[in-house]
Amino acid sequence: MDNLMVACCSKCNHSLSNPCKDYILCRTEGPICHDSKECKEKRETFIGKVDLAEDKPHRRVLICAGTGCISSGSKDVHSEMLAAVENAGIEDCEVTITGCHGFCEQGPIVIIEPEGIFYGGVSADDVEEIVEKQLKDGEIVERLLFTEPNSGEKDKYYRDIMFYKKQERTVLKNCGHINPEKIEEYIIAGGYRGLLRTLCDFKALEVIEQVKTSGLRGRGGAGFPTGLKWQFTAQAEGDQKYVVCNADEGDPGAFMDRSVLEGNPHAVIEGMLIAGYAVGASEGYVYVRAEYPLAIKRLQKAITQAEQFGILGDNILDSGFSFRLKIKAGAGAFVCGEETALLNSIEGERGMPRVRPPFPANKGLWQKPTLLNNVETYANVPIIMEKGGEWYASRGTEKSKGTKVFALTGKVNNTGLAEVPMGISMREIIFDIGGGINNGKKFKAVQIGGPSGGCLPEDKLDLPVDYDSLISAGAMMGSGGLVVMDETTCMVDLARFFLTFTQNESCGKCTPCREGTKRMLEILTRITEGEGQEGDIETLERMAKSVKNTSLCGLGQTAPNPILSTLRYFRDEYEAHIKKKWCPAGVCTALTTFKIDPEKCTGCRRCAKNCPVEAIKGEVKGIHEIDPEICTKCGTCMEKCKFEAVYKG
Amino acid sequence: MSEVTITIDGQEVTVPAGTTVLQAARMAGIEIPTLCHDPELTSPGACRLCVVEIEGMRNLPASCVTTAGDGMVVNTISPDVMDARKTVIELLLANHPEDCLTCERTGQCRLQEYAYHYGVRGDVFHGDRTEFPIDDSNPFIVRDLNKCIRCGKCVRVCDEVQGRSIYSFAYRGFDSIPATAMDESLAESECVFCGSCVSVCPTGALTEKMMHGVGRSWELEKIKTTCPYCGVGCNFDLNVKDGKVVGVTSNAESEVNGRALCVKGRFGYNFIDHPDRLTKPLIKKDGEFQEATWEEAINLVAEKFTQIKQEHGGDALALFSSARCTNEENYLANKFCRAVLGTNNIDHCARL
Ligand SMILES: Cc1cc2nc3c(=O)[nH]c(=O)nc-3n(C[C@H](O)[C@H](O)[C@H](O)COP(=O)(O)O)c2cc1C
Ligand code: SF4
Ligand code: SF4
Repeated sequence: MDNLMVACCSKCNHSLSNPCKDYILCRTEGPICHDSKECKEKRETFIGKVDLAEDKPHRRVLICAGTGCISSGSKDVHSEMLAAVENAGIEDCEVTITGCHGFCEQGPIVIIEPEGIFYGGVSADDVEEIVEKQLKDGEIVERLLFTEPNSGEKDKYYRDIMFYKKQERTVLKNCGHINPEKIEEYIIAGGYRGLLRTLCDFKALEVIEQVKTSGLRGRGGAGFPTGLKWQFTAQAEGDQKYVVCNADEGDPGAFMDRSVLEGNPHAVIEGMLIAGYAVGASEGYVYVRAEYPLAIKRLQKAITQAEQFGILGDNILDSGFSFRLKIKAGAGAFVCGEETALLNSIEGERGMPRVRPPFPANKGLWQKPTLLNNVETYANVPIIMEKGGEWYASRGTEKSKGTKVFALTGKVNNTGLAEVPMGISMREIIFDIGGGINNGKKFKAVQIGGPSGGCLPEDKLDLPVDYDSLISAGAMMGSGGLVVMDETTCMVDLARFFLTFTQNESCGKCTPCREGTKRMLEILTRITEGEGQEGDIETLERMAKSVKNTSLCGLGQTAPNPILSTLRYFRDEYEAHIKKKWCPAGVCTALTTFKIDPEKCTGCRRCAKNCPVEAIKGEVKGIHEIDPEICTKCGTCMEKCKFEAVYKG
Repeated sequence: MSEVTITIDGQEVTVPAGTTVLQAARMAGIEIPTLCHDPELTSPGACRLCVVEIEGMRNLPASCVTTAGDGMVVNTISPDVMDARKTVIELLLANHPEDCLTCERTGQCRLQEYAYHYGVRGDVFHGDRTEFPIDDSNPFIVRDLNKCIRCGKCVRVCDEVQGRSIYSFAYRGFDSIPATAMDESLAESECVFCGSCVSVCPTGALTEKMMHGVGRSWELEKIKTTCPYCGVGCNFDLNVKDGKVVGVTSNAESEVNGRALCVKGRFGYNFIDHPDRLTKPLIKKDGEFQEATWEEAINLVAEKFTQIKQEHGGDALALFSSARCTNEENYLANKFCRAVLGTNNIDHCARL
């Protein structure tokens, strides 16, 4: 048997034309439809090859094939490993690909199961050593182990790595552990049980009750209560309803939705199926940006397999419920993540937001009631239905339940995807999971929620990370982007960076966003170029308020947030730029001067020799000086000086 | 139909359910400025000039797309609303040529009117401006996108009323414009030059080419008339200066056609004073056309008809009628043909 989902023998009566509700259990715990010891053994053997037990000799070599690891060369590692294992004649060892582990900077990642040994930065050249030592002799290849940035110690096992220790992986549980291109691996890992329970034990309304009880809130940004949205869609009148998944993920730096689709696509399909059943929809769309070709490929494969085995299509598992799923590849505009622009885009119109109300729940895709949720939101649903709303609600804070995946980047030691329980402190995410600030620098701020969010300074580090606390601190959960900044980040420049993004991505429909982001950006650019004027801060504040208050969609309404939050916590930096013509972080070139510390200068002449414009004067062994009139602020001297004598003042 | 009562600026207004806050305010005589709203078109809620404050609502909703709810308390003149309106105007002016001195729309431009009303000058921001070449490719419409405020009315009127869908928004953000397919000139596009877009454009972005420089809006007398071109009976305003027709503009009160017109009705008026136009009947004598009176001309025709009918019978004659005639005129032609000329040989150009 090379596929768990097919019939074990001619006595099995399940087929596409003869669906039955026992199908999934029959495949995993069965056969149920007939009694056969032999068939049961066949199934158990198959399952045992995937679901490894410590006491069995069977091994799996898992090679990450997420976008990150593929770009660092994991495809070669995979093919090399397949060949090497075969050449070495190792039996009872399966080499397979998985989705993303979320620790892409360590890629390509190779995991050896059942022990859970974690090898990072593996190249095709390392494969032979892994096979010879690890697979043949059970000896660990020390040099490929992960080194903790703070303690300098090496971790043998996945579970010991600090980056993962404080995580609570629910949505990402399967990512990195199953082969996302095989539906049976998802099913062996417990998949489609939530759907099964839904179809067998719950009426549509009861499903909605469970989701409401769970306290799940939208993971796409606004944190709207998911159960309530389902209820509105269920109650809306319409002969046809749709379920839509928002996988546009336009937030720069965020990649959790991509990872879920690449590593655990069936969880999203299962969540959408349950949603379709609950709201009475028979058709669904997943809107994925075309820049995610691998996610699209894996999802398409998953859909095809689900169709092949009767999990998508007509009369699913003999429940009478039918559901079809299509993928719509979007051209990758940030605004197409806004739900109504997304619907326009699916319809083939320009991706411009519609006026709300009417909300999609009442008039969505082709004016029909439409349920629209984010990838991660749907991926949370199966476990709610499997374990119950109350179980789900037992984790997290009073108003924010469950876990949230964050994309941690910036000046931290460990960057990647971290799934943490709601209510964890920002400090734990940055200093425990992220391993603290790199290069021994000092923490300055963290931008949360991407271009729509805000920054939080040091004294907010103990804030619990949940929807409401973040809003009250002037930031927002958003889709979960976390960019950590150290003392070398200029906050005015940061605001300028995000405004550049929103200004570029504005659809142009409404005046405040189209014109307002442009003017705010111009003012910010001016300030960073040393042309700031008295009154600029006030104009920015006035504009920010108007743009926030009057823009048509969330893009414009949140675009001023980076300005407002940097002004709230770092107003003195703006003032320094405008009044003192000084950039305290030394980032804004126009506002920095390079100087040489006479105490440290040894007169080695390295700086002077390398200065491309000959701005540095000084005798050998004498103290050197930079002529600010000639200096172009390229920074070469600072880079070249071996004595750290050059500084920005 | 059920009704709702809302309070706008302290004034209670009862309106049919489904009325927008903007309509309700206008019913109560409260003016809210708008640029992208048009009662005959769908509302995109795009210009954000009509924002108001509504108790219990987040932000400032656009009144043109907010349905009045029973018990709603609306403020259209709060400091926040005034600030927001001024900001919208400031922002529009920041990317608008300061060209009112020579702009064709001066005096009729909504942007100019609101800037004046709210005391907003164009010198708040000194940043980038979009620069587009003026589309002067055709004899009828001048398209100067530098003056466009992206209200989208041209897009919607062409799509929703005219059914041609010539324009659609193209490019993004600050660079977005209502463009033709492939951003071609109007002449290269499938435009039929009905000029509906010109009639709704609130600024000088779309203007009637032939009206350029012929007179300021306040110098023009508007005389409502019926189009002479066909039997539909469209009405419009002849724009008259010093006793001469210098243009045609839509008259929204026209019962038959509203603001819609065709290229001939809107732009085909220069025959009126054309030197080639025949204003007196001509009769050919000795191989040359010579001026005659109407009486002479009609008598001549009647004489010839009678003669043909007597010599060859009525069926030697035929009558071909025209779509430029009204129904009544066509009826009379039919009567004349059968009862007077005595033949059923009658047809109409519409059957061609
Ligand atoms: C400019 C903008 C971009 C957005 N981008 C995304 C996105 O990439 N993914 C997403 O799920 N939601 C995005 N949203 C939020 C969606 O509009 C919508 O609220 C969300 O998909 C609803 O799903 P949820 O309730 O499960 O969060 C965006 C909103 C705005 C205003
Ligand atoms: S807020 Fe920005 S993105 Fe949203 S409709 Fe207005 S212009 Fe478009
Ligand atoms: S051309 Fe005129 S009608 Fe069209 S969008 Fe611009 S301002 Fe509005």
